[in-house]
Amino acid sequence: MPEAALSLLDVRSLTKRFPVRGTTYKLHAVDDVTFTIAAGESVGLVGESGCGKSTLARLIARLLDPTDGRVFFEGQDIGQIPAARFATTPARARIQMVFQDPADSLNPRFTAFDAIAEPLHRLGRLHERAALRRRVEEVAELVGLPHALLGRYPHQLSGGQQQRVGIGRAVALAPLLLVLDEPTSALDVSVQAVILHLLAELRRQLGLAYLFVSHDLNVVRMITERVLVMYLGKIVEAGPSEVIFDRPAHPYTRALVSAVPVADRAGRRQRIAVTGEPQSAVDPSPHVCRFFGRCPDGFARCEQQMPVLAPVAPDHEAACHLSANTAESPCSSSMAAGPI
Amino acid sequence: MSALARHAWYVFGDNPVTAGALGLFIALVVLAVVGPMIAPYDPLASDTTMALQAPSRMHWFGTDQVGRDILSRVLAATRLDLMISVAAVALSFVVGSTAGAAAGFFGGWTDRLVTRVTDTIMAFPLFVLAMGIVAALGNTLANIVLATAVINVPFYARMARAEANVRREAGFVEAARLAGNGSARVLAVHVFPNCLPPMVVQASLNLGWAILNAAGLSFIGLGVRPPTPEWGIMVAEGAAFIVSGEWWIALFPGVALMLAVFCFNLLGDGLRDLIDPRRRT
Amino acid sequence: MTQPPLLAVADLSIEFRTREGIVSALDGVSLSVRRGETVGLVGESGSGKSVTALALMGILHPAARVTSGRAVFGGLDLLAASEQQRQDYRGRALSMIFQSPRTALNPIRSIGQQIADVLRRHANLPHAKIKARALELLARVQIPDVERRFDAYPFELSGGMCQRVMIALAIACAPALLIADEPTTGLDVTTQRSILDLLDDLRRTTQMAMILITHDLGLAAERCDRIVVMHAGHVVESAATSSLFTAPRHPYTARLIASTPRPGAKLADLVPIPGTVPDLRGALTACRYRARCERAVAVCDEPPLPRTETDVGHLVACRRPL
Repeated sequence: MPEAALSLLDVRSLTKRFPVRGTTYKLHAVDDVTFTIAAGESVGLVGESGCGKSTLARLIARLLDPTDGRVFFEGQDIGQIPAARFATTPARARIQMVFQDPADSLNPRFTAFDAIAEPLHRLGRLHERAALRRRVEEVAELVGLPHALLGRYPHQLSGGQQQRVGIGRAVALAPLLLVLDEPTSALDVSVQAVILHLLAELRRQLGLAYLFVSHDLNVVRMITERVLVMYLGKIVEAGPSEVIFDRPAHPYTRALVSAVPVADRAGRRQRIAVTGEPQSAVDPSPHVCRFFGRCPDGFARCEQQMPVLAPVAPDHEAACHLSANTAESPCSSSMAAGPI
Repeated sequence: MSALARHAWYVFGDNPVTAGALGLFIALVVLAVVGPMIAPYDPLASDTTMALQAPSRMHWFGTDQVGRDILSRVLAATRLDLMISVAAVALSFVVGSTAGAAAGFFGGWTDRLVTRVTDTIMAFPLFVLAMGIVAALGNTLANIVLATAVINVPFYARMARAEANVRREAGFVEAARLAGNGSARVLAVHVFPNCLPPMVVQASLNLGWAILNAAGLSFIGLGVRPPTPEWGIMVAEGAAFIVSGEWWIALFPGVALMLAVFCFNLLGDGLRDLIDPRRRT
Repeated sequence: MTQPPLLAVADLSIEFRTREGIVSALDGVSLSVRRGETVGLVGESGSGKSVTALALMGILHPAARVTSGRAVFGGLDLLAASEQQRQDYRGRALSMIFQSPRTALNPIRSIGQQIADVLRRHANLPHAKIKARALELLARVQIPDVERRFDAYPFELSGGMCQRVMIALAIACAPALLIADEPTTGLDVTTQRSILDLLDDLRRTTQMAMILITHDLGLAAERCDRIVVMHAGHVVESAATSSLFTAPRHPYTARLIASTPRPGAKLADLVPIPGTVPDLRGALTACRYRARCERAVAVCDEPPLPRTETDVGHLVACRRPL
C-alpha cells in the first residue's frame, strides 16, 4: 500500500476478546481488523447482529479497551490510554459518538440544554454562564433544534428531536471524527430522511469524518463514500459504497445485498440463500474462514486457510479465496498464513 | 408557578389520598415543631392526685399513673419520634445508597466488600441486632438512632446496587463518558440521581418503620428512658393498665403512632411521582 | 371477485381516554381482506396500524373505546362479539404474531409446551397426539433439531427462531387470517427474508390470508398484493401494490415513497415530509394530513373526508388526488 498522507484514523490489527464467564473461553468480538479513515471521509460499517460492528464502534470511540492491536488518531496511539482515563484527555473532544436509541442515550433528568452544555463545560472548559448559553444556542441552531425546546426533558421530545439533541452534544466541540451507531434505525422513515440530510449537511459544514454503523444497506449507500462489511468479527470486504452494492465480491456481501427488500420489481436481485447457523464466535479456529459452512461457494481451501483482505479491483478488497485474483501467487500464500 | 410546583399541584390534585397524607404529614411536622409550646401542661410534671383520670375537659387525653397529662406527653413525643426516625432514615439512606451505588457501578472489590458487610448485617434478625447494639453501647438517643440506622443500611444498599447495576449499561452513561466525565463523576452526576426515585419511596415507607422500631426498643426497655415522653414507652406503660380499664393511657399514643406510620406509607407513592421527571407532563 | 371478503372493516373509529384528553386513534378506517390475499398496512408511528390489529383481535387497552364501525369476519362482527366468541376464534380462525418475538413468548415455559397449550385449547386432538402435532409444527416452521428444541426456553433461541416459534403458535390451527404486526423489525435482513419466505410458503399451501403491518415500504412492496396506507388514524390510500408504487394518488403516499431510502437514489433524492403528525388529542381537521400537504386548499377543511375511487380497487381519501 502506498504511503498515504497521515490518516485521521488508522486502525491496525484491532482485536477485542471477551472472557466467557465461568470458562477460559474467549468470545472473539472483533478479530484482527485493519482499516483507515481519512479526514472528512464518510465510511460505512455494515453487518448483521453479532458481527461485532457495535463493539468495533465502541473501540474506536474509546469506550472499550482493545485486547490487541493499535488505534492511531491524528498519529497518536490512543489505544494504549485506558478508556477510563481517556475521558479526561484532550483527544476525547475530537472523537465523539451518536447512539441508536435517542431516548436511552439521554439522561432522563437532564434537559436538552444540560445535555448539550455538558461536554462544553467538561471538555471545552466553558464555564461562564452567558458564553455557555450562547454556544448551546448556536449548537441548537446548527442541528435544527428550536431554542424553545432546550428547556425540555427527553420524554417531552419526539424521537427526531431527541436525536437532534444527541447529535448536538456530539458536535458541540467540533470533533474531527464522529462514530454513529445506527443513528436513524429507531426513527420513522420521514424523520430519518430529515436526520440524514442534517448529518450530510453537518459533515459539509464542519468537515467531519464519519464512521457510520448500520444494518440498513440503503441508508449506508446514501451517506457513505466507502463501506466495510463485517462478519463474525472480521472485515470481509472493503471498497467504495457504490461498488460494494453493485458488484459485491464476497459471498456474504452478495447474500446480504440480495436480501434487502426492494420496492421496484425491476431492481430486484436473485436472492442468495444463506443456510445453517453461524459459527460460534467463541474461540473460533484461526484456519477456517468464518463464513465457511453457510457460504454457497465454499471449497476445501476455505477450511484450511483463513482468507485475508486482498484486492479484487483497484481500491476494492475482499477476504475470500475465490475472489482474490492474487489467490494463487506464492507471495500471498505466505502472507495468508493466518492471523497470529 | 414553576414547573415543579405545577407538577406537585397536579400530582396531589389527581390523587386525594396522597393529598390527605401530605396534609397529615404537614400537621405532624407542625405539631413536632410547636407541640411542646402549645401543650397545656408540662409533659414531665406529675401530680399523683390527678392520676388515672379519664379524658375530660381539663385533660383531653386523660392522665397517666403519675398524673401527667397524656395530651401534652403525646405532643412532646411527636417531636422526639419524628426526630429519631428522620435521623435514622437519613443516616441509613445516605450511607446505604452511596455504598450500594458504588458497589453496583464499579463492581469488583467495592461490590464484594459492600455485599459482605450487608450480608453480615442481614444475617441477624434485625430487631435483635438493634437490641444488641443499644445494649452494648448504652441507652442514649444517639445510640437508638445509630442502631435503627445500621439495621436499615442493607436495605438501601441492595436497592441502590441493583439500580446502579442496571443504569450502568444505559446509553446515557456512555454518553457521559464521551462528554469528559471520569468514572466518579459519571456515578455521582448521572447514575446516582437516577437511582433515587424508587429509593425515595422506600425512604418514606422506612420513616414509619423507623418510628415503630424506636417505639419497639422503648417498649422493651432498651430505648428511651422514662420519664422522657415517647410513643413506644407510653404504650408500654399504658399496656399494664388496659386490663384495669384505663384504656386512654395506651390508646392515644398508640393512635398517634399508627397515624404517623400510616401517613408516611401513603406519602411514599406521592413523593415518587413528584421526583421522577418522566412523570412530568 | 364476487365472493364476499374474508374480513370487511367498515368505518372503524376508536378513541382512548387518557390523562391528557381523548385521543382519536382511528377515524373511519375501512379495509377488506380476501381469502388468500396479503394486505400490507403501512404507516409511520402513530398512524393507528397496530391499534387496528389489536381491535380486530379484541385485545385493546381497557382505556380504548370503539365509537363506531364494524369488522365482519366470517359472518361475525368482531367488535360486537362477546368475550366467549372472541376466545373461540382467537388462535383458531384469526391469529396474530407480534414484533419482538422473544418478549411475546412466555419466558418460563418451553416452546414445545406453549404450542401444546394452543393445541389443547383449540384443536380436537387426543392428548397423546398433541406432542406429535407440536413437533410437526416446529418442523413446518423450519426449526432444526426439533426433538431437542421442543424443551428449549425462549431465551435459548435467537430472535429469528423465536419468531418462527411464534408463527408456529399462530398457524397451529390453520387460521383463515393471520395478522403480522411488524414481524421482522429488529431482525437481520437475511433472517427477515427467510421468515417472510416461510410465511409466503404457508400462505400458498393453506390459502391463508395475511395482514402485514410494517413501516418498511420496500418490504410491503415485495410481499403484499394490496397496500393500505395510514396516516394519523385515517386510511389515506388503498390500492394494488403495483398501482400504488407506479402511480400513488395521495400526496402522503407519494411523499412516503420519496423519503424511503432505496438503491439507485442519492441523498438529494430523499425528500423529507414537512411538519409532524398532528396531535391526536386536540381539535382535528377533516383531513389530518392537511397541515403538511403542499396541495391543501380551503375545501380540504370541510368534513367529511372523501373516499374517491380513482381506479378499480384504488381508493384515495383526498379532495385533490395526484
